[in-house]
Amino acid sequence: MRLIDYFRSSKRNSAVQAKERLQVIIAHGRSERNGPDYFPRMKQDLLAVIKKYTHAETDDIKVTLEKEGNYEILELNVTIPPE
Amino acid sequence: MARIVVVTSGKGGVGKTTTSAAFGAGLALKGYRTVVVDFDIGLRNLDLIMGCERRVVYDFINVIHGEAKLNQALIKTKQLDNLYILPASQTRDKDSLTEEGVMLVLEELKKSFDYIICDSPAGIERGAHFAMYFADEAIIVTNPEVSSVRDSDRILGILASKSMRAERNMDPVQEHLLIARYSPKRVIDGDMLKFDDVQELLDVPFLGAIPESDSVLLASNRGVPVILDNKTDAAEAYMDAVSRFLGEEVPHRFLQHHRKGFFGRLFGS
Repeated sequence: MRLIDYFRSSKRNSAVQAKERLQVIIAHGRSERNGPDYFPRMKQDLLAVIKKYTHAETDDIKVTLEKEGNYEILELNVTIPPE
Repeated sequence: MARIVVVTSGKGGVGKTTTSAAFGAGLALKGYRTVVVDFDIGLRNLDLIMGCERRVVYDFINVIHGEAKLNQALIKTKQLDNLYILPASQTRDKDSLTEEGVMLVLEELKKSFDYIICDSPAGIERGAHFAMYFADEAIIVTNPEVSSVRDSDRILGILASKSMRAERNMDPVQEHLLIARYSPKRVIDGDMLKFDDVQELLDVPFLGAIPESDSVLLASNRGVPVILDNKTDAAEAYMDAVSRFLGEEVPHRFLQHHRKGFFGRLFGS
């Protein structure tokens, strides 16, 4: 290990953070882009319905559409916080 | 067969016009008849970067409206006989661009040029849309910085779905990634995204990185495409990128930081 690496490891490298954040946001954008045109609107409607009946926030609700073979699987994952 | 190449990025200020001017001049130096078309209607700047601003009489919109012939609006650059520009209009609103008008102008340019470089405005509105719509190839200019990378990804999505090639199920637009304002030293310090990280995130073939350089500002002050400024890193990096664009294999020269002196030796790799 080089001397300079020793000092560097003490603080978290900001370029690494940039890459990690971009990986998440780009993957998210691409999954929406490849989905059907109605998907973003349907997602908004689903979020609205779930929020109407529970205390879930947008961050607690994950709506994804995945392709497996000939099928498309709509996955809805809601973490409902306690009352 | 003439090729239409869009230079685009989504985000502003990343180096689209500098790159359009550099690629135009680089392709002309390689012997191709080249024209650079400014699609930034209302905010024309290509003429200034290429030192033609005092010779603009007619512009792109005048040609679309039939107020001038194409060859009255084309301006030959002082530096190269086979390099021309078609300036944008400064006053009209951007709705003056129509699909049919743009198509007719590009078709006519195809008759007398080998490469038509479309300098896209920032954003994803009308000017940017038409700059990329007819493209055969796209140069995505990205800075190694989060917002620029994300915007480039959005532009790639638009190229893949809204370009003429996508709409007509033709072969997709050929994409190339050009990283501008790259600083190998800041990459080593862990403060800047590395070129291969950007390439991996966007998943587009890598044309090269242009090092952050004072010579870009100096060239724009003078109105000379930076690539004609011999012996500067930026000029050579652009020339290498042009060669790779044409399919030549050229080793990358400006991706590493070279340390010098005592501290360099003490901490060096």
